[in-house]
Amino acid sequence: MIELKFSVSQGDFSLEVAAVLPKAGVTGVFGRSGAGKSTLINALAGISTTARGRIKVGDEVFLDSERGWQLPIERRRVGYVFQDARLFPHMRIESNLRYGARRRSGGESSDLWQGVIEVLDLQPLLRRWPGSLSGGERQRVAIGRALLSQPQILLMDEPLASLDAPRKTEILYYIERLREAYPVPLLYVTHSLDELVRIADHLLLLSDGKVMACGPFLDLVGDTALQPYLGRFEAGSVLECMLEQHDETFGLSVLSFSGGELRVPKLDAPCGTRLRARLRGRDVAIALKDPPELSITNRVQGEVLALSYRDGPYVDVLIGAGSSKLHALITRESCARLNIRVGLSVIALIKAVALDSRTVGYSRRAR
Amino acid sequence: MDVNAVSQIVFLSLRIAALATAGCVIPAVGLAWLLARRRFPGRTLLDALVHAPLVLPPVVVGYCLLGLFGSRTWLGEWLIRTLGVHLPFTTGGAVMAAAVMALPLMVRSIRLGLEGIDRGLETAARTLGASPLDTFLTITLPLMLPGIVAGAVLAFAASLGEFGATITFAANIPDETRTLTLAIYTALQSPDGEASAKVLVMISIGLAIGTLLLAEVSNRVTKNWLRAR
Repeated sequence: MIELKFSVSQGDFSLEVAAVLPKAGVTGVFGRSGAGKSTLINALAGISTTARGRIKVGDEVFLDSERGWQLPIERRRVGYVFQDARLFPHMRIESNLRYGARRRSGGESSDLWQGVIEVLDLQPLLRRWPGSLSGGERQRVAIGRALLSQPQILLMDEPLASLDAPRKTEILYYIERLREAYPVPLLYVTHSLDELVRIADHLLLLSDGKVMACGPFLDLVGDTALQPYLGRFEAGSVLECMLEQHDETFGLSVLSFSGGELRVPKLDAPCGTRLRARLRGRDVAIALKDPPELSITNRVQGEVLALSYRDGPYVDVLIGAGSSKLHALITRESCARLNIRVGLSVIALIKAVALDSRTVGYSRRAR
Repeated sequence: MDVNAVSQIVFLSLRIAALATAGCVIPAVGLAWLLARRRFPGRTLLDALVHAPLVLPPVVVGYCLLGLFGSRTWLGEWLIRTLGVHLPFTTGGAVMAAAVMALPLMVRSIRLGLEGIDRGLETAARTLGASPLDTFLTITLPLMLPGIVAGAVLAFAASLGEFGATITFAANIPDETRTLTLAIYTALQSPDGEASAKVLVMISIGLAIGTLLLAEVSNRVTKNWLRAR
């Protein structure tokens, strides 16, 4: 368990946290910029020393300001991956990687070393200098360095923020590989829901320095009450799917989920892979009858569970299909025209091209 | 002026400059770190004190040193009693005068380098298990190296040219404190010293050029060493 009950004040900004996180899996710390995400993990790591309250990780008390106790950064055993990698410029990659490993009481573990080098493909970089690395390579080294210091928790502060889109996909792929190989609890700070869809088990949702929600990722991400904090155009649903087959002729992959099937642009993963597909509400349309002569191939039969009126001309229609829930964002005008109401049987239409590798996390281990 | 006498003067000058520079390094690193990184009462005063030799006339600095370390002051007496060191009018005094004059130059150079270091690197080292001292020795100090080298070269050059503080505090004693600059001055004072002065001036210019080259080379070496290849 990671028990957080503290506050931080910095000028106008204040962060108030009371949350208990599991000391396992990936916890996404999500919020807009200025929500207090970085402040939260800096307090956890001991970097910001102005936190007041109590922080406990497992049996170890990191902070107890009532008793005037504060564990120094270097004794917290947190592996921190910074947005800007922060590799030491005067050391080769190998020395960077060994820096933390050498300073742990147990000393270096050659098994861990071999494993991390392999999982993150670091072998070709070992003799090089940080300045000659690309942004993606740097971030890979930073992740490896943090992991090799044998941390009890890993913290990542927007590790993809300074990378271009292909690099982002690449690093996410490595993070996914890593969480399969080394189940160190990970707190992952981001303002991108797409990243969390691929890796998060839990979610800590922050807004204006306050915890809005904390719990299992899939439950919260579909929770209509939280949609305002997730952002209108980010709003949508996440489906747990299984990769059924590839359609080589048309370059498509078929995913099954409780409630139907989805055809998506071909994924680079074996059949049987479990994965998550994220459907943005704006990519889902609603029809009352199966429309003929329409390009959209993904048609999911379901029932309207709820309507929530958003600011402006929007309505969020929650559709139940099997045990899955889909959000469709349509206009009030359409809603009125089709007389959409709770209990109505509808067909959700989803364009295959709206689902790509950015919204489908596909390297989770095959069943 | 024969070759022997000239080489003796040059050797003495180099020795005094080298010792002054070497003696400055550790205090300069400490002072630069204190001034750049720490907030403590009296910081402004310390800053002013370190930089005073830059703005005071060198003769005044020499006079102040006499006031501090003169044989009749308690500090001077204590030095003689406990360490057997007598500073005024000795080679040691010349080193001391040159060091005090060069210190602010070195502190400034090191401090500039220190302020250019990304403190995030130090934080990263701490999260990897390094104590503050460990972090300083393995991250901060190596990254300060270009500043330290540049500062040392600057201090060495300044020490070679030191005149006012040296002549006041250490006087102008042949083979003891008569450095190149003092020797040039002495030669110019005597009616037939024109030729000697010319030789010594030429050597001075040569040494200055040499120091400049050294600065250039060391700058390149440390920059290359730090920057990614």
